[in-house]
Amino acid sequence: MAIVMAKLSESAIKKDPAQIAEKIKEKFPEDVVEITNFRDQGSVIVKKDRIVNICRYLHDEADLRFDLLKDLCGVDYKGKKEPRFEVVYTLYSIRHRHMIRLRAQVHENDPKINSVTPVWIGADWHERECFDMFGIIFSGHPDLRRILLPEDWEGYPLRKDYPLAGPEKEWQGFVEVLEKAKELKEFDWEG
Amino acid sequence: MEQVEKIFETRELNVNMGPQHPATHGVLRLVLDVDGEKIVKVTPYVGYLHRGMEKLGESLSYFQALPLTDRMDYVSAMSNNIGYVVAVEKLFGIEAPERAKFIRTIVGEMSRISNHLLWLATHALDIGAMTVFLYCFREREWILELFEMICGARLTVTYPRIGGVRNDISQEFLDSLYKFTEEFPSRILEYETLIDQNRIWLQRTKGIGVISAEEAINWGLTGPTLRGSGVRYDIRKHIPYDAYDKVDFDVPIGTEGDTYDRYRCRMIEMRQSNNILRQCIEILPPGPVMADAPKFTLQPKDIMMPVTHPTKEHAFFIEEKTCKGCGMCLRACPAKAIFGEKKKPHKIKQELCLSCANCYVACKFKALKIIPGGKGLSDEKLAEMAASAAIAEEIKKATELLVEQFTFIKKGPRVPEGELYVATEVPKGELGFYFVSDGSGKPYRMRLRSPSFVHASVLPRLCDGHLVADVIANIGTIDIVLGECDR
Amino acid sequence: MGIFENIISPAALDSLIKFGIDVGIILIKIVVVLGVALLHVAYATYFERKVIGHMQVRLGPMRVGPHGLLQPFADGLKLFFKEDVMPSEADKPVFYLSPIIFMAAAMTSLSFIPYTGNFMIADVNVGLLFLFAMSGLGVYGIFMSGWSSNSKYAFIGGLRSTAQVISYEIAMGLSLVGVMIMAGSLNLSDIVKAQENSTFGIFAIPQIIGFIVFVIAAVAETNRTPFDLPEAESELVAGYFTEYSGFRFALFFLGEYIGMLIMASLCTICFLGGWTIPWYITKILPFLSYVPGIVWFLIKVYAFIFFYYWIRATVPRYRYDQLMGIGWKILIPVALANILVTGLVKILW
Repeated sequence: MAIVMAKLSESAIKKDPAQIAEKIKEKFPEDVVEITNFRDQGSVIVKKDRIVNICRYLHDEADLRFDLLKDLCGVDYKGKKEPRFEVVYTLYSIRHRHMIRLRAQVHENDPKINSVTPVWIGADWHERECFDMFGIIFSGHPDLRRILLPEDWEGYPLRKDYPLAGPEKEWQGFVEVLEKAKELKEFDWEG
Repeated sequence: MEQVEKIFETRELNVNMGPQHPATHGVLRLVLDVDGEKIVKVTPYVGYLHRGMEKLGESLSYFQALPLTDRMDYVSAMSNNIGYVVAVEKLFGIEAPERAKFIRTIVGEMSRISNHLLWLATHALDIGAMTVFLYCFREREWILELFEMICGARLTVTYPRIGGVRNDISQEFLDSLYKFTEEFPSRILEYETLIDQNRIWLQRTKGIGVISAEEAINWGLTGPTLRGSGVRYDIRKHIPYDAYDKVDFDVPIGTEGDTYDRYRCRMIEMRQSNNILRQCIEILPPGPVMADAPKFTLQPKDIMMPVTHPTKEHAFFIEEKTCKGCGMCLRACPAKAIFGEKKKPHKIKQELCLSCANCYVACKFKALKIIPGGKGLSDEKLAEMAASAAIAEEIKKATELLVEQFTFIKKGPRVPEGELYVATEVPKGELGFYFVSDGSGKPYRMRLRSPSFVHASVLPRLCDGHLVADVIANIGTIDIVLGECDR
Repeated sequence: MGIFENIISPAALDSLIKFGIDVGIILIKIVVVLGVALLHVAYATYFERKVIGHMQVRLGPMRVGPHGLLQPFADGLKLFFKEDVMPSEADKPVFYLSPIIFMAAAMTSLSFIPYTGNFMIADVNVGLLFLFAMSGLGVYGIFMSGWSSNSKYAFIGGLRSTAQVISYEIAMGLSLVGVMIMAGSLNLSDIVKAQENSTFGIFAIPQIIGFIVFVIAAVAETNRTPFDLPEAESELVAGYFTEYSGFRFALFFLGEYIGMLIMASLCTICFLGGWTIPWYITKILPFLSYVPGIVWFLIKVYAFIFFYYWIRATVPRYRYDQLMGIGWKILIPVALANILVTGLVKILW
């Protein structure tokens, strides 16, 4: 039988979020903007320019080993903070069982950041979603298209200035469907 | 010559599979480039079920967003609810009482079993084993009936609440559940006799969709899909929530990382879940099921019951001195139990009254009184009770509380500012909630990290170099639900 | 009579009348066989749904008539009155023709099957070959439907089915060569008679290898689970008849179930002794010899059809390459070896 029962081992070198943040700050002193902590979860706010280097370091360093990219998403701080956007990387180390969050700042007038797909290939769809919802462009991404919304959608829905009820102008695809429905009305079966 | 070559140019056949297709488990769309039966390229398209939950979440208070999570992974809605409330509780800084934690573990594991049953059913059906499908549905039905017993709903349950669970479970439920846990292992054996050692099943699943441990982690796979490749990662063990640190269970791990190993992992997980259920039934401590944190949790509904849910025990009575004889209640009454002339006080024929409260809602002058437990009493007695201060006080309090709760749900509690990512182990993998709170009662940003989304992205990698029929096996093995994938 | 005598000689008239009577008898037989076959198809679906239903802890059809007995008629009516949808880009003549070819090939085969000792429509000397020819012709229906539908699913289904039926036809043909050698005839009634007089009473015992190969090939030939790849609903929606609806779909359906009936009959005739029962059974239980032959025939046929259903409820589906592997790498060599052994035994005995 190919299945093993695992009592998960406790031989991990678990690190505090503060320790990890310190390590990042040591290695990339110019890039770290701020370190925050809330409910035992640490975040490191970094500049976007060397994000791939930071991620590569976190992924490869033996006593950090952040091998699992749990989540990647964007946040829009319109009117609250400057720069407006942040790309949030939630990282976890399966071996060492510690977690850290990276928040890379992205400016509104230049919403570009390097893609981390070379480090975690699983970032692929997350980055596409982030592009889809916030319009943040990930340079170096292999296939940056809209993912959840239709390809010809206008606007970026998760931005704070996007109306909740949707845009005033109906999406072209839906307009076409409505026209088609009108056209095919004559075949309706009056049951 | 050139012309001829142009005519006989060969190219791959481009097959569009889905969004309506029997094997794509919802509205997944795959564009397959096939060379004969061989797959050259797979391109998944998702988003057909996108409902903008993250955007919606920003406009709803923390209480209101809970039912949204049912609609994500609708085959294991209970687990998604739990994932949400665990995350919100951590954000609020409250903790559910012990009993509620155990109840949540119970329903979470039940949900895991029912999810795996549905997975096995459809996976086997895709590969062509039809009987397993119906066997699995038989047991799934049993679990859904148990769900119905606790909360009245079968699929979209919304049973867990922020700070606990909606209501306590009954002894009757525990007995039925215990019976289930006794019966279930033999039922698993029944499925296994059909497929576990079946040569065709083995040929269809062994060596299909192989992914190594390192690669699986790099892709961000979680749950049984990751564990099939031999990675010891289970959030129930890594970052225990609810009562998982108080029960004893093992996590099965595969070695080959193929479809068969993932299948075995899930089969053993069902047995482990069954063990957890039995332990929880034994340990289940007494006590309250809602946290005592009035600033963050909702009040129990039974206080407001007289107003919101008048039962058959309630009598209705028209106070003579306030009744203007407008006839609103007369028109509203479905049983024609109210009579009276215009401009004169009306009366209710108590024997005809259905206690539907339509008249109470219709009355503009507050002449109608609810009298809890007043059914079957005479008019004089009711008049006397209606005049008494105690009952008026009770109704007034309930009404006030109702209004208060209404605004509380709408506005949400005051939440500390901060950001938080909390993940739970749902049957499909890791379900994460990332909240950014700006101190108001609504999340500034609610991010849902769904396992199905990540798992769907790995499909092209799994189908690499396989045949058309293996695409089906691979869709089955990653266990996706498009409601969760598209959110 | 008088008028005709002037035109045709009495002898010729006599033969003409005889011919007329013959034609009449054949027509009546055809009507009987067709009626019975169609009724069989109707109730084979019912039988299948009930059998599989009970195997899968459910009841099967229960609503139309007592125990759902009228369900087949309700289904038939529904299929008759359904709209006949055709893809806009389909190749119309071929699209119309293919279900008819499929159905006609299956129907024609019915005429060569000896149901009892003296009831068959056509007693042909090469009956066995003719059956093969007809089942081979049915493939054209499948392939044409897959091609003409202008749907990729139907196209792949048609291709798969063609490859499958052709390869398994070889295995099936070879598995029956042993029977031919033992019976020394291609005439189906002669094969049955040869079994009646043989040592074992049925050919399934001496020809056990051929029998097994035949059963597997027969399942594949009729596109049933676990070889139902041409219509694998989880991959190809419905395979070659994805685009068919209404009555045209019903024709395919009829053809498939008649195909099952033919395969079951062929198995009964070639391996299980047709309408006869082995001599040793009548020796032990002499009263059984009063049972009419058609009853034995039907019991054997339905046992085989039940076996079809049983498999369907039990096993998953093969993959395409595995299916071809079984056909070419296992069944055909085994069948060839069987022929060799049978021939040697026949010569040496």
